[in-house]
Amino acid sequence: MSLAKRKFDTLVIGAGGGGLRAALQLAQADSSVAVVSKVFPTRSHTVAAQGGMNAALANVLPDNWHWHMYDTVKGSDYLGDQDAIEYMCRAASKTVIELEHCGVPFSRMENGGIYQRPFGGQSQNFGGEQAARTCAAADRTGHAILHSLYQQNIRAKTHFFDEFFAIDLIKDEAGFVLGALVLEIETGEPLLIEAKTTLLATGGAGQLFRTNTNATINTGDGLAMALRAGVPLQDMEFFQFHPTGIAGKGMLISEAARGEGGYLVNKDGERFMERYAPHAKDLASRDVVSRSIAIEVQEGRGCGPNGDYMHLKLDHLGSEVLDKRLPAISESIRTFLGVDPAKDLVPIYPTAHYTMGGIPTNRYGQVVVPVDTGEEEIPGLYAAGECACVSVHGANRLGGNSLLDIVVFGRAAGNDIIQFLKENHYHRPMPQEGIDQAMARLARWDQKGKGEPVDQIRQELQTTMEKYCGVFRTEEILAEGLAKVLELEQRMSMVRLQDHSKVFNTARIEAMELDNLVDIGVATVTSALARQESRGAHSRVDYPDRDDANWMKHTLYYKENRQLDYKPVRTKPLTVESFPPKERVY
Amino acid sequence: MKFRIHRYNPETDKKPWMQDVEVDIDSSEMVRDALLRIKAKDETLVFRHSCGEGVCGSDAININGVNGLGCLTRLSTLKEPIEIRPVPGMPIVRDLVVDMEQFYKQYRAVKPYLIVKDPEPEIEYQQTPEQREKLDGLYECILCGCCSTFCPSFWWNPDKFRGPAALLQAYRFLADSRDQATEERLADLDGPYKMFRCHTIMNCVNVCPKGLNPTKAINEIKKMMLKDMI
Repeated sequence: MSLAKRKFDTLVIGAGGGGLRAALQLAQADSSVAVVSKVFPTRSHTVAAQGGMNAALANVLPDNWHWHMYDTVKGSDYLGDQDAIEYMCRAASKTVIELEHCGVPFSRMENGGIYQRPFGGQSQNFGGEQAARTCAAADRTGHAILHSLYQQNIRAKTHFFDEFFAIDLIKDEAGFVLGALVLEIETGEPLLIEAKTTLLATGGAGQLFRTNTNATINTGDGLAMALRAGVPLQDMEFFQFHPTGIAGKGMLISEAARGEGGYLVNKDGERFMERYAPHAKDLASRDVVSRSIAIEVQEGRGCGPNGDYMHLKLDHLGSEVLDKRLPAISESIRTFLGVDPAKDLVPIYPTAHYTMGGIPTNRYGQVVVPVDTGEEEIPGLYAAGECACVSVHGANRLGGNSLLDIVVFGRAAGNDIIQFLKENHYHRPMPQEGIDQAMARLARWDQKGKGEPVDQIRQELQTTMEKYCGVFRTEEILAEGLAKVLELEQRMSMVRLQDHSKVFNTARIEAMELDNLVDIGVATVTSALARQESRGAHSRVDYPDRDDANWMKHTLYYKENRQLDYKPVRTKPLTVESFPPKERVY
Repeated sequence: MKFRIHRYNPETDKKPWMQDVEVDIDSSEMVRDALLRIKAKDETLVFRHSCGEGVCGSDAININGVNGLGCLTRLSTLKEPIEIRPVPGMPIVRDLVVDMEQFYKQYRAVKPYLIVKDPEPEIEYQQTPEQREKLDGLYECILCGCCSTFCPSFWWNPDKFRGPAALLQAYRFLADSRDQATEERLADLDGPYKMFRCHTIMNCVNVCPKGLNPTKAINEIKKMMLKDMI
């Protein structure tokens, strides 16, 4: 039977904010663009972003992009690339306004402008007073942005392949990426999509950890596809734990809760963040707040019968603020905890949230790999959003910079693709070998007989990552963790499916997702074990200090032989003076 | 707890059947948790789900005869055996998964995007908090389809009647002070079917997991049409 084929100028894999912003840019430029998504676009995880999107509009308090840049560099613990950060912070205001023109229902100020709230790690005047930089649509900003972007893509007649799962990229001998083999979930039929350019916008890999704020679909498929195509993953040891997940369950309670005036207390009712971050208190960076919570629990000041969580206090905000500014999280707290945020304290604990690392790109969204002393683009391959590592977040992302990142770099990638298409008019021939390899990846799951179930290995992977690669790490713990994930990698070959039907076979999708997750787990633990310092979210008890002399560099992990390489941080911004590393206090 | 689950695999089953399953689960958990527990043992059970917190809208199902989201429906509120079926009125693909295309088609048909004809200013369009408040109860829709697939008018005319979800979205843009396509939008909804098939049965309001009110939105559109005529 012959393989069905489709041809487009551009294939976008993933329909979250990054993918849809890029697709919109392309469709509006009359370029043919196909968006492949394993779920209907508005079910992508951008929909769950709550608090908002940073831009120095200065609608509420004085602000400018340069202060935003300073905060982002400092937040990244000086691992962020300052050229990309300058680009993002400069583009922020324009990008927010574009979204507003697309229809995003932002909350409003009395004067008719976009409402902005304070968020963690924000300051005026390079480390001064708290800023209010986060543009918000109540606490449903991601939902508002994702739906508006999908709506504008409908208008622009973008071609959608909904509920298609990307199996693997197809690459030729010259190194060009020529599209991907995808699977139509409903029919179980493979489809080859040929494209002159392919953009990976597949989001993060929060499903690596047992307790996480992420959706089930966040399995880092694009990261693993890149690894298999020989592309390294950058800075995978930096995984963000969000301070306020619902304790024991993981649902996200936005930083907006603290931005609007909520704060954390321990079992003695003490506002403990005053001890850890005297100036910014509860609005210190996420890595700082998460570690503080973990220390409070370790030192016996945790709340509840087992002393294993902290309380978020919102009851003093009043129903006006809760109903107007935080309606969705108030509802979530009532639904999942059965408590009333207007009256009760809310149990929270740090929860796996965001993949700072990812596919290395430059600020145009081009995927880049080291060659000799410099870097080279992989022709035809782009990445944007959480799966990419530009790197604007470095070792720790600031709240409100994620929605910004996806839209700014989704748009930038779209623009660069338009340029690439001007110079690359024709589809290059597809190598049969690449297609066969991708088909074999699918056929592997046809193997019958007795074997381990997917669910078993997934559970073990998630508990291993949580236990051995969590908020606090040591050489010993990580080494043990690496041995365990490598064992899981071995056991993957023993996994057999019981469901061999074609129609909507979610067991097969979950198996391929798990395969992706295991690769990313190995990358994460390997990178974490090697980095002998503490920086941002990577906190090594055995190396408690940041070590700029030896470690102010990006990690690159290759799948082949689990090889590690490093590249320097780009400390030179585009136009302004560099922010040299200094001690990071909040 | 006891469950009865709708099963149908077009490759092996001549017709749908109900499977009795017992699950060891605390009743404080949600229906989605129970389905995941069942799937861990029997991977052939197929259903859509993702965020687990009622914002992605993937897991609309029919629970004890009423549409709802699996992730927001607490087991303790349900009578056993808990009967779980796909949402009604749509072609069944497999087990609890239906083909949603007709639903999406109706959504796309109402031009669910902001239309502005004036040149774009370099700053945001101005909108007062009062104007913005008109969008509350409208923009929050997650397109789960609980409402439209529980609406008898949509069952009878899924190709002609837009259905509550699409009409809610139509009004979301009619109500937006920034939108400049009011007349076209109203003209598009005229005629005996697209909107006027709504018989205010109010099933949509009763099942919306986000507490939205499509019936009210439809009435508001009717009022706008009337005003437009006069």
